[in-house]
Amino acid sequence: MNLIERVVAISRRRSPWICRLNAGSCNGCDIEITPLLSPRYDAEQLGIELHGTPKHADIVLISGTLTLRSRQAILDIYDQVPNPKAVVALGSCPSSGNVFAGSPLVLSCSLDSVVPVDVWVPGCPPRPQAILDGIARAAKLLEDGATKSQLAKSRLAGSQPESRCGRLS
Amino acid sequence: MNAVWSYLVAVAVWPGLLFAAPLGWLELWFMRKLVARLQGRQGPPFFQPFFDVMKLLGKETVIPRGVNRGIFLALPLVSVAAVTAALAIVPLPGNPVPSLPGDVVLLLYLMEVPVLCEVLAGYVSRSIYGQVAAMREAILSLAYNLPFLVAIIAMAQMAGSFQMRALQEVPYGPVHLLAALTFLLALPARMKLNPFSIANAEHEIIADSHIEYSGPPLALFKLSHAIEVVLLTELFAVVFIPATPWPLVNLVVYLVAGILVLGGVTLLATTTARLRLTQAFRFYWVWGGLASAITMAATLVR
Repeated sequence: MNLIERVVAISRRRSPWICRLNAGSCNGCDIEITPLLSPRYDAEQLGIELHGTPKHADIVLISGTLTLRSRQAILDIYDQVPNPKAVVALGSCPSSGNVFAGSPLVLSCSLDSVVPVDVWVPGCPPRPQAILDGIARAAKLLEDGATKSQLAKSRLAGSQPESRCGRLS
Repeated sequence: MNAVWSYLVAVAVWPGLLFAAPLGWLELWFMRKLVARLQGRQGPPFFQPFFDVMKLLGKETVIPRGVNRGIFLALPLVSVAAVTAALAIVPLPGNPVPSLPGDVVLLLYLMEVPVLCEVLAGYVSRSIYGQVAAMREAILSLAYNLPFLVAIIAMAQMAGSFQMRALQEVPYGPVHLLAALTFLLALPARMKLNPFSIANAEHEIIADSHIEYSGPPLALFKLSHAIEVVLLTELFAVVFIPATPWPLVNLVVYLVAGILVLGGVTLLATTTARLRLTQAFRFYWVWGGLASAITMAATLVR
């Protein structure tokens, strides 16, 4: 690894820009993200900036239960994030569906079967400290080149099995 | 040293890219840190703007479908080149470029190019948010350019010449003060700071006109903005701060004056809320127009 690659890798850890994606959340997790930008938790100390567009983001925070209608939106927005990228799943809903599991139009599968998830932040909702810790872990993975999308790219293309979960027909 | 070499040195090293990029990052960090401290936060680390640009340089570029690839990628390059060339004209102490007759006109023209690039970037991207941002930027530039241009033209009227060195050598008088105030009136809108951050209103239209940009082209736009901040503050210092006979003292005075102006503008940005486009336009054409008229009248009276 030469000097410029090393500087770029460090910059990936020091400047993680995040983008929120609500996949059908009750808004509890989204409300817990807001204090990150407030004086008490001040995420800007870690270089974290909240961006509205996935084109500017490095880390996507996905919150909420996966529904039949949000599945395609998650895939579209994930594809719009330029590589290298990381995904942080917020709360219990993306992993299991939480209290909404088994409801009509709720996918009964984890977010991992739709897009590769790097960090899971448990809680209903998770505390702001836990979300901050999750983002910092994802940023460290970006520096090490160890996020699932980066590893899949370095391996043979197309080695990742495509899941049929929630696919219509 | 022949003329070609002196131009190359001025654009690439001093006061061009090699000097302006670190100074621009320093000034952007200063603004972000000051905003954070005023809001009771700790704020970003010192190297944050540098890390942001380096990270973007290492990212993939996503070009939307149906977008003209050549224009999409050329706009950030043109923006950086124009703003660096504009900075190379500013007669900072030790600038190797010879003073040309009429370089004020060239400077004012080159300073419009980044604005034009932003407007085109919004329309080229085919994003509806980018187009709204481009429209806002274009209309706002019609508003803030009235006091901005009048402040410089009034000084040229005082000097009797459109040459930067002549502007610098005008004997200090009340017109300096009036023109400086008129210039400061236009500065927040030129820097897209808060009462006039209408074109980059992140809560209304998600991002500014480079919403569809990612990776190295976005990094170039960020770099262009950093150099533009340096250009605007140093232009203010060179034209409106009285020069001493010692170049080194001048340089320190110019840099300190630039930081002070930025501090004032940032203070205004943290204490105000965003105006609507019509309010900003009316503000610049009523109060900016009034300030412009008073400044021009003062140059005629003397």
